[in-house]
Amino acid sequence: MFANYDFDVIWRSLPYLFYQGMTFTLLLTALATFGGIVIGTLLALMRLSSTAVLTLPAAAYVNLMRSVPFVLMIFWFYFLVPYIGQWITRSAQPLQVGAFASCLVTFTLFEAAFFCEIMRAGIQSIPRGQMAAAQALGMTYPTTMGYIVLPQAFRNMVPVLLTQTIILFQDTSLVYVISVTDFLGAASKVAERDGRLVEMYTFAAVVYFVISLAASRTVAHLQRRIAIIR
Amino acid sequence: MNYHWNWAIFWELSPDGIHSYFQTLLLGTGWTLATAACAWIIALTLGSLVGALRTMPFAAAVRFGNVYVELFRDVPLLVQMFLWYFVVPEIVPHAFGTWLKQLPNASFYTAVVALGLYMSARVAEQVRAGILSLPRGQRQAALALGLTLPQTYVYVLMPMTYRIIMPPLTSELLNTIKNSAVALTIGLMELTARARAMQEFSFQVFEAFTAATIIYIVINIVVTFAMRVVERRVAVPGYLGFKAPAAGH
Repeated sequence: MFANYDFDVIWRSLPYLFYQGMTFTLLLTALATFGGIVIGTLLALMRLSSTAVLTLPAAAYVNLMRSVPFVLMIFWFYFLVPYIGQWITRSAQPLQVGAFASCLVTFTLFEAAFFCEIMRAGIQSIPRGQMAAAQALGMTYPTTMGYIVLPQAFRNMVPVLLTQTIILFQDTSLVYVISVTDFLGAASKVAERDGRLVEMYTFAAVVYFVISLAASRTVAHLQRRIAIIR
Repeated sequence: MNYHWNWAIFWELSPDGIHSYFQTLLLGTGWTLATAACAWIIALTLGSLVGALRTMPFAAAVRFGNVYVELFRDVPLLVQMFLWYFVVPEIVPHAFGTWLKQLPNASFYTAVVALGLYMSARVAEQVRAGILSLPRGQRQAALALGLTLPQTYVYVLMPMTYRIIMPPLTSELLNTIKNSAVALTIGLMELTARARAMQEFSFQVFEAFTAATIIYIVINIVVTFAMRVVERRVAVPGYLGFKAPAAGH
């Protein structure tokens, strides 16, 4: 059945696939997760505040991101980021933005909406008495959040945050639509150059599967270990 | 910004010579909805089956269900689409592969199958969680009354499960509609692909994507409201999600 297949093509392109492709994918995943959690936490704090000036824009942003396909958002940012850059730097021409920077902005801002919902659930899972106790001790809002509420919310939500990171890792394959060379992009370039679609796409699927499975097993293990016994 | 806005572009003729740009976007919306609807049928059917298997008292069935879910959940949807579109026609017997490749609307069928199977793994997770949330007594009572195991599932466990997991199923349905956009990579001319084509031909990037975004938001709102009506109808009295109908005098 596999007589006509050339598995050597995988072996030959391994350095390209991993040095170029997988590095891009993993770096994008790591940086976008970090940025997404930071912005997502800020959005969550906005959504949970008591003034409509903060809650309404945050809610509108999160709901917009959650009701539009990620592919469409990738296109949006791909064309929008140069104009935003021009507006920020006040240059005469739309800013030339590299593929990585463009993808990073897209993924950070898109995933922030999803991290926001996770962090909001995490913050809401903290008993109200802790907030009251901190305020009774004279702590200001930033101190209360920074030292009491957020550390616990993070700890409670670590498994969910990591699961979202696995989803983000799989989502990075979508940069294919703007012809960026991530892991799948590299595989697809080799596949089309050598006419070896079957071998390359199967290999790509296996690699994604192994990494995602290993990561989700690790998360499940972690979840059992760090669970707070109440 | 030195971007030249032109909102009248929607009424201009698109390069296909028949439809205006606005009409091409509507055609794309049709393909998006058709793909999502067909995929949702597959996802719901297989997802219910696999989800139920994972709660049955047979180790082999549970293991099969677990492997199925991991397999479809741990590979990105885009890669799965490529597997179904580029790889499957090559590894099946030659005549069948040729027939697959020559199928009219091949990208539509491929997208439906790929999206349906991908979403079925997620539906299976919800169904399993729903069945496990039921009190153990329901299964025991049904079996004690002499129902067979399949009858227990069909008449007792599944009807309750669907009523309980209606809210998460709604969000999986919305995910199915959104994920159908990935099918543009295998050439399906759905809504996002039409917006992209409009941008390429007319250079009116932001008008095209604004229109597509608005259409997606409208679909989202309509589905959410429709499902909220259904959820309220089927909510099980006694659960937290149930709101008693307003008392009349």
